[in-house]
Amino acid sequence: MKNIKFLILGAFFGIILVKSEVVSWFRIQEMFRFQSFHMFGIIGSAVVIGAISILIIKKLNIKSIKGETINPTAKPFQKSNLIGGIIFGLGWALIGACPGPLYALIGAGNTIYILPIIGAFLGVLIYGLFKNKLPH
Amino acid sequence: MDLINEPWPWYIAGPLIGLFIPLLLVIGNKSFGISSSFKHICAACLPVKKIEFFNYNWKDYSWNIVLVFGVLLGALITGFLVDLNYDIAISEETKNALSTIGISNFSGFIPSDIFSWDNLTLKSFTLLIGGGFLVGFGTRYANGCTSGHAIMGLSLLSIGSLIAVIGFFIGGLLMTHILFPYIF
Repeated sequence: MKNIKFLILGAFFGIILVKSEVVSWFRIQEMFRFQSFHMFGIIGSAVVIGAISILIIKKLNIKSIKGETINPTAKPFQKSNLIGGIIFGLGWALIGACPGPLYALIGAGNTIYILPIIGAFLGVLIYGLFKNKLPH
Repeated sequence: MDLINEPWPWYIAGPLIGLFIPLLLVIGNKSFGISSSFKHICAACLPVKKIEFFNYNWKDYSWNIVLVFGVLLGALITGFLVDLNYDIAISEETKNALSTIGISNFSGFIPSDIFSWDNLTLKSFTLLIGGGFLVGFGTRYANGCTSGHAIMGLSLLSIGSLIAVIGFFIGGLLMTHILFPYIF
C-alpha cells in the first residue's frame, strides 16, 4: 500500500506521454529529422522545470514528506555513458520508443510492442551476464 | 483548447513532466528514472540470483516497478477515454521522408505498414525484438534512459548525463539517416 502514490504518479506520467504523443514512433522520427520543435520543447522545458525545482528544494532545504533531507546526486561519469547511449539511441530511433513509452504503448493497446519489451528484457539479461567483461 | 480530445502541445506536456522530479523527491525521496525497472523486474521475476548484477534485494526498488505499472495503467485509461487511432499531425516533411520508405498510414502511434501483427514478417519480428534489445542493453550500459539521463540527469547538470544524451542522439541520427535506407 505504501507504493500506491507511485502507482498514481506513474499513471499521470502515462497519460502525459500518450496525450503529448511522446509515445508516437512518428514523433520520434520527426525529432531525429529535426522537422519539428515538439519533442525538443518537451524535453527542454521538462529539464528547465526540473532544474529549477531541484534548485528550490536545495536552497530552501525542503524535506521529503517523511522528513528526510533531499539531496539527489548525479550519476557518476563513465565511458559507457557514451557507448551505451549510442546503443540505446540506435534502438530508440528504430522502434520509436524509449522505456517509458514502451510501457505506455502496451497500455494504449499496441500489443505488438510486447516484442520490443521482450527484447528489452533480453538486452538487460545479456548486459547483466557480461557486465564485468564490458568496458565501462 | 480541448485538453481531453486534442493532443497536448509541448509547453503543457514538458513542464508537467518536469514536475515529476520534485514530486518524486518530495513524496518518496526518489530520483526519476524508468529504465532500471527492466532490471528490477528481471530480478523479481526470473531465477537470476546467481548473476551478480541481479543479486540484490529488488524489493528496495519495488516503488520503481509500481511506477512503470502505473505508466501502463495511465495509458490504458487514456485509451478508454479518448480515441487514439487518429492521424497524427507530424510535419509534412517527415511524412514525405517516411513515404519513401513505404510508410503511408499515419494513424495511431506506430507505423502499421511496418510494425503490426497483420504484417508481421521475420524481418519486422527481428527489428522489433532487436530494437527492444538495443534499448534494454543500451540503457543499462549507459546507466539511464531519456528520463534518468535526459530529464533527471540534465536537471542535476550532470556531465555524464549530458554525454549520455549526446550518445542517444548520435545513435538515433545514425539509425534514422544512415541505417534506415538499408533496413527499410
